[in-house]
Amino acid sequence: MELLKQISETLQKGDHEQVVELTRQALAENLKPKDILDKGFIAGMDVVGEQFGWHEIFLPDVLMAAKAMHFGMELLKPLLESEESAGLGRVVIGTVQGDLHDIGKNLVGIMLRGAGFEVIDLGNDVSPEDFVETAITEKADVIGMSALLTTTMSAMKKVTALLKEKMPDGSIKTIVGGAPLSARIAEEFGADEYAYDAANAVKRVKQLVP
Amino acid sequence: MRPGVKFLSDTLIEQIIDEAIQILCKLGVEIHNKPVLEMLADHGAVVDMQKWHVVFKQEIIEKALGTSPGGFKLYDTAGTQTHDLSGDNIHFTPGSAAINVLDYHTKKIRKPITADYIQYAKIVDQLEHIASQSTAFIPSDVADNVSDSYRLFLSLLYGRKPVVTGTFTIESFEVMKDLQLAVRGSVEDLKAKPLTVFSCCPTSPLKWSDVTSQNVMDCAAYGIPVEFISMPLAGFMAPVTLTGSLIQHTAETLSGVVISQLSVPGAPMLYGGSPAAFDVRYETTPMGAIETMMIDCAYAEIGRSLGLPTQAYISLSDAKLLDAQAGLEGGIGATLAALAGINNISGPGMLDFENCQSLEKLILDNEICGMTLRMVRGIEPREDFPALPLFQQLLDEKHLLISDHTRKHLRAEHYFPGPVIDRANSSRWEQEGSRTLEERAHDEVNKLLESYEAPELSEGIKSELVDLMEGEARRYGQDSLPVRD
Repeated sequence: MELLKQISETLQKGDHEQVVELTRQALAENLKPKDILDKGFIAGMDVVGEQFGWHEIFLPDVLMAAKAMHFGMELLKPLLESEESAGLGRVVIGTVQGDLHDIGKNLVGIMLRGAGFEVIDLGNDVSPEDFVETAITEKADVIGMSALLTTTMSAMKKVTALLKEKMPDGSIKTIVGGAPLSARIAEEFGADEYAYDAANAVKRVKQLVP
Repeated sequence: MRPGVKFLSDTLIEQIIDEAIQILCKLGVEIHNKPVLEMLADHGAVVDMQKWHVVFKQEIIEKALGTSPGGFKLYDTAGTQTHDLSGDNIHFTPGSAAINVLDYHTKKIRKPITADYIQYAKIVDQLEHIASQSTAFIPSDVADNVSDSYRLFLSLLYGRKPVVTGTFTIESFEVMKDLQLAVRGSVEDLKAKPLTVFSCCPTSPLKWSDVTSQNVMDCAAYGIPVEFISMPLAGFMAPVTLTGSLIQHTAETLSGVVISQLSVPGAPMLYGGSPAAFDVRYETTPMGAIETMMIDCAYAEIGRSLGLPTQAYISLSDAKLLDAQAGLEGGIGATLAALAGINNISGPGMLDFENCQSLEKLILDNEICGMTLRMVRGIEPREDFPALPLFQQLLDEKHLLISDHTRKHLRAEHYFPGPVIDRANSSRWEQEGSRTLEERAHDEVNKLLESYEAPELSEGIKSELVDLMEGEARRYGQDSLPVRD
């Protein structure tokens, strides 16, 4: 248990080399990969998220911790069951069709991974079909869509419509974000959630995947 | 390079000082205090005791300037240095001696009481960018005769920072000095580590009252720093032109320098003031007027050219509420004062000319001060040359959020204000309750009242402070002090 706490604390400091070292040690001591993930990585990232919320630490610190987690996950992933490796859940993300702006989407990806989600990043200019098909075949819990332009954001509406057609049970949720979006527009597009920034996206996705 | 601002050419500064000296040596000054006049006569000034009038001599002005210190330091109640009032160092202090406070709950301006003052002291104690306390307002629940010393008493009991203050009577000096001696232990320790600055105000035009001129002498005797607060009102009690007001300010302030330095050569002083434009439409003295601020910055240039540390009442607002005017006048004033390198900047928290303190405005002004303190650190290359490796990294990684360069320099390069300054995107701001600046500032007030920790004053010092203050109150017929907690 002490070792898991140490992993969590090292991860909070963003020291990826030490996280890898400690993770190796934990595996050598036969600790369960799932425990290392939950009580080491995710527990550490929860603290980071909280400190970020209080402005005690800033985005670079969060991203360093997320990076440390990413390195640790490289060791854990092959040892985790498929469901376990999804961590808190599996999210397909991308920038919508016609839009090439991916900075915000990338940030959301890093933050989601950091929080313990498995993220499948489809990149930018992603067609509605790609979003929906990938989500179904990969058994994703959530589709996250980003747009920077008012002219492209309406593509989100096509994704939610297509998803409803292919998966009428509503088991795959949707979340949208980006500069021109708002909670009202998200609702209008048929999305389940809207996030105003990357940290907020993590919070909202957690609510979508109980 | 430290950024700065300049309003006067060197030639104009010289002309202004020359004219001011002419005024002192030809027209003279009224000083309604016998010991001061006698001292000036001893040094060769031409004194008319019947008319309370003195005409200076160029030699004594030069002599006084010759012994004037180029700066001094201040120390908190624990004896730790907090201020270096010299060069172009800047330190902020709340605007002082308001008669009212703005009540957050009623949005009304009202008379303050002891509880208000204690809240104020607790908050200022924790404001990072406000370097000293000032005796910011006058509690109305004590006798008038002790209202000056009572503020200092509360400040020393509840706060750690040095105190910008002043007396309302000659008699009060004694107890206000003794309160400081209680904290420091001895006259020598107080001289070695000044704890307060006393504001001493000549009366425009060209006059010193009995009280204020005596204060200058008394402070000099105990090494208590003074700040001269000359208040020419352009177009009313002073020439309408900014240059004319500056000549008057220079003459009045130099007369203070002479009183201080002839009393005790080397006595610590600030070349200060609170001049103002006079608004001939409203018959008021707007502290938020741009001309007021220009006179402030310009006289600070004059003070510095004379080799003296400076002070000004600038970064105050004339607004009656914490509204946009309050923010803009405070912001412009603090920015100009910082650029001008005024050593002791008096103003934060103040509304309604110099009449009303607001805790919420103090919270806002603390951020303005933080921004200006960042600004005067200027733009300095850190690890920016050669630039190519960093730009290669940016192109490779598409962002620099977690680069070593970012993480190393982020906090030194960028000032991060507290939550009173809204930097959320609009959706976040709405989701977090669409809170106004005033509400956010009030949240901070509550947070600071919650997080306040009392200074570690020894029981001996505390009881000495209480004994002194109770004794002073009794002297003026007040048997007990208001309840404090």
